[in-house]
Amino acid sequence: MTQEEVNALNVELIVDARGTACPGPLLAVKQAVGDVEDGGIMEVLSSAEGTKNDIPRWCEKKEYEFLGIFEEDSYSRLFLRKTE
Amino acid sequence: MEIDFEKQFLDLQKKVNKIDKGTKDQLTMVVFSGDLDKILAAMIISVGAAAMDTEVKLFFTFWATAALRDKKKSAKGKSFMGKMFGMMLPNGTTKLKLSKMHMGGMGSKMIKGIMKKQDVSSLEEMFETAGKLGVQINVCEMSMDLMGLKKEEFIDYPNMNICGVATFLADADKSKVQLFI
Repeated sequence: MTQEEVNALNVELIVDARGTACPGPLLAVKQAVGDVEDGGIMEVLSSAEGTKNDIPRWCEKKEYEFLGIFEEDSYSRLFLRKTE
Repeated sequence: MEIDFEKQFLDLQKKVNKIDKGTKDQLTMVVFSGDLDKILAAMIISVGAAAMDTEVKLFFTFWATAALRDKKKSAKGKSFMGKMFGMMLPNGTTKLKLSKMHMGGMGSKMIKGIMKKQDVSSLEEMFETAGKLGVQINVCEMSMDLMGLKKEEFIDYPNMNICGVATFLADADKSKVQLFI
């Protein structure tokens, strides 16, 4: 994802899953997504390599839209849309 | 040529009913091993699956049943063999050994230390999380009887049942994923 694309997003909720190990990020996302409105965008911060593969697959399972990843220096920002 | 819509519809209805009764979003796993690393893997997979809204049913049997013991509890009325097994088997998750590199106890200490450093939940925390997520633990009655273990000495777990192999097989039959560790 590019910086412009990230800036254009209206993120409803940010989940900081950095510092948690598998299956921590998945749990954090599952718990948080209940607070997001249908059609809303959630951002997940993660420092684990595996999470970048896990979250897209979780989205596929839940039939949510995975929007992309933006890399910061020491962590990744993952964006997903809660589609109903 | 005439198409018998009614017959086709009834046939389709029958097929759909069968599919509905087929496999669902469920994972069953036989947990046979009593090793720390293997039970840890089983619990991580279980919690991960539950986090993806998959229903999870575990079947604890043989050596894994010892991992369910609560070292703060004890059971009365054991036979001589039961008491012997009770002493020889590990008393709960904190006493499990590694399947490899156990190094007389150094291995378990090492892996627990590394896990703590990297913020990986301990095995005890995994069980607690699994319980909160509704992971079902079915315990093999035969294993309990063979090794003289009783329900009173097990940990408090919200969704634990004593059962036989038919429970596992019936659950496995409905599951999309079946595993053995």
